[in-house]
Amino acid sequence: MRALCWEGAGELAVRQVPDPELRNAGDIIVRVRRSATCGADLPLLSGRTPFLAAGDVLGHEFLGEVVEVGAEVRGHRPGDRVVVCAAVACGSCWYCRQGLYASCDNGSPTAARAEAAWGQPTGGCFGHPAALGGFAGSHAEYARVPYADTGAFRVPEPLSDDRAVFASDAAPSGWMGAELGGVRPGDVVAVWGAGAVGQLTAQAARLRGADRVIVIDRHPERLGMAERHAGAETLHFEHTDVPAELRERSGGRGPDVCVEAVGTDAAAGRSLADRFGAGRAERPIAVREAVYTCRKGGTVVVLGTFAGFVDTFPLGAIMQKGLTVHGARQHGQRYIPRLLNMMARDQLATEHLATHRLPLEQGAGGYALFRDRADGCVRTVFTP
Amino acid sequence: MVRMGRLAHGGTVLVTAAAGVARALRVPRRRRPGTGPDPRPARWQVVTVDRPPEQVLPQGRWPEPLRRLDGAVELCLRPAPGGRGTELAARQLAGRAALPGMAAHLVGDDPGLLIRETLRQAKQYVETGEVLRPDRSRLDRPAVPG
Repeated sequence: MRALCWEGAGELAVRQVPDPELRNAGDIIVRVRRSATCGADLPLLSGRTPFLAAGDVLGHEFLGEVVEVGAEVRGHRPGDRVVVCAAVACGSCWYCRQGLYASCDNGSPTAARAEAAWGQPTGGCFGHPAALGGFAGSHAEYARVPYADTGAFRVPEPLSDDRAVFASDAAPSGWMGAELGGVRPGDVVAVWGAGAVGQLTAQAARLRGADRVIVIDRHPERLGMAERHAGAETLHFEHTDVPAELRERSGGRGPDVCVEAVGTDAAAGRSLADRFGAGRAERPIAVREAVYTCRKGGTVVVLGTFAGFVDTFPLGAIMQKGLTVHGARQHGQRYIPRLLNMMARDQLATEHLATHRLPLEQGAGGYALFRDRADGCVRTVFTP
Repeated sequence: MVRMGRLAHGGTVLVTAAAGVARALRVPRRRRPGTGPDPRPARWQVVTVDRPPEQVLPQGRWPEPLRRLDGAVELCLRPAPGGRGTELAARQLAGRAALPGMAAHLVGDDPGLLIRETLRQAKQYVETGEVLRPDRSRLDRPAVPG
């Protein structure tokens, strides 16, 4: 089959690779119909992440058609149209039973890597290196889906592929951001980052009854989308003093909930030392600003992808202001049925985020658009 | 053999000692040269299995992934607090220092790595019915012309 493979720092190419196969009785094989780029791919693409090897297939946000099922799969059959949660989780361990699917004990066959990196094993993720299971990504004609009865969800008709694909990762991430923040009616919510996850966090905060939602970014097209589709106010951080503006718009208190949806600086750091953890620390500029501006006793949620260490983190402000800080990879299995239902009823719109739809063969160019935010790109979606 | 014992942090435990047939491949622990055998017992490696003890070791039988360490390790289990299932612990048998075959070779002088990995697999087996297999690597797949 054809797949979009990482070839080295900043290098991508479409290659012929072996078809995936059923490896466990709970697996399904999906013919991929839509597979989206994601900000979490950018550190991988730039070569900053250890253990990614030339030939690895990227992509984790996808939708497709079931073509093969394992012997123990009960919920799917060939021909089903499914959206697949980007997080791989067993559905049977204590963490899954608590709804903490991304923390699954059994979602990765290479748990020792995650334990070494983060102190505990975590669930897996498609299109990531060994610390997250080493599963092949979805920018390919076919993908293997482990624990399919837990992680694949039938898409109701007539919900379009272009809308439903974002139920795989961006929409559950955004919904979780608002939920972890405990957003409730009357809240002022600030969201750093007007990418897909930031915009969907803003939509979720609105749906949970926030009084004001303020989105911060520097790309006018993205800010315009946040205004139109999420009913958010926006701030261009290069044109204004963000902390002062947020204070003014929240009665001097600071936002009740601050959500960081930016992640690591994707453009920097490509040395071997960076890749293997001895390089410079990441720069959590948005997290720092969120902590600084959040009201006393408020909540900061970190949704962006930070693989390792950060520097100049305002720990003192967290203690002095009594903040609660949450962070998580998305527990999509907990949210996807509800999100698909909301999408089907037009309560949640996402297709506008797919600003560029391209065939797999244009994968390298599609990622360049996405990485550089060129041509108003929010997400490139491939159609293998 | 099954006996009652205690974990370091207290509480009654059921101890199932190895009664197996492991070959005696000696795996030395990390010690300075010339200091002789390490008299300290190996550290317990522990996982919490989200199932009651009788499902973790039904009729005292070890789950499949652990059987390959039979004769090289001893097992302990006890109910986990808060209704979180069973704490399943294993450590290298004192004075035996034996891990079977290639596994011992691969983990060098740190058998704890193999024990921990095997415990994880046993937990997975009990909780999900099988051990999650990775995608086939490029090395064990037939080459495809690119």
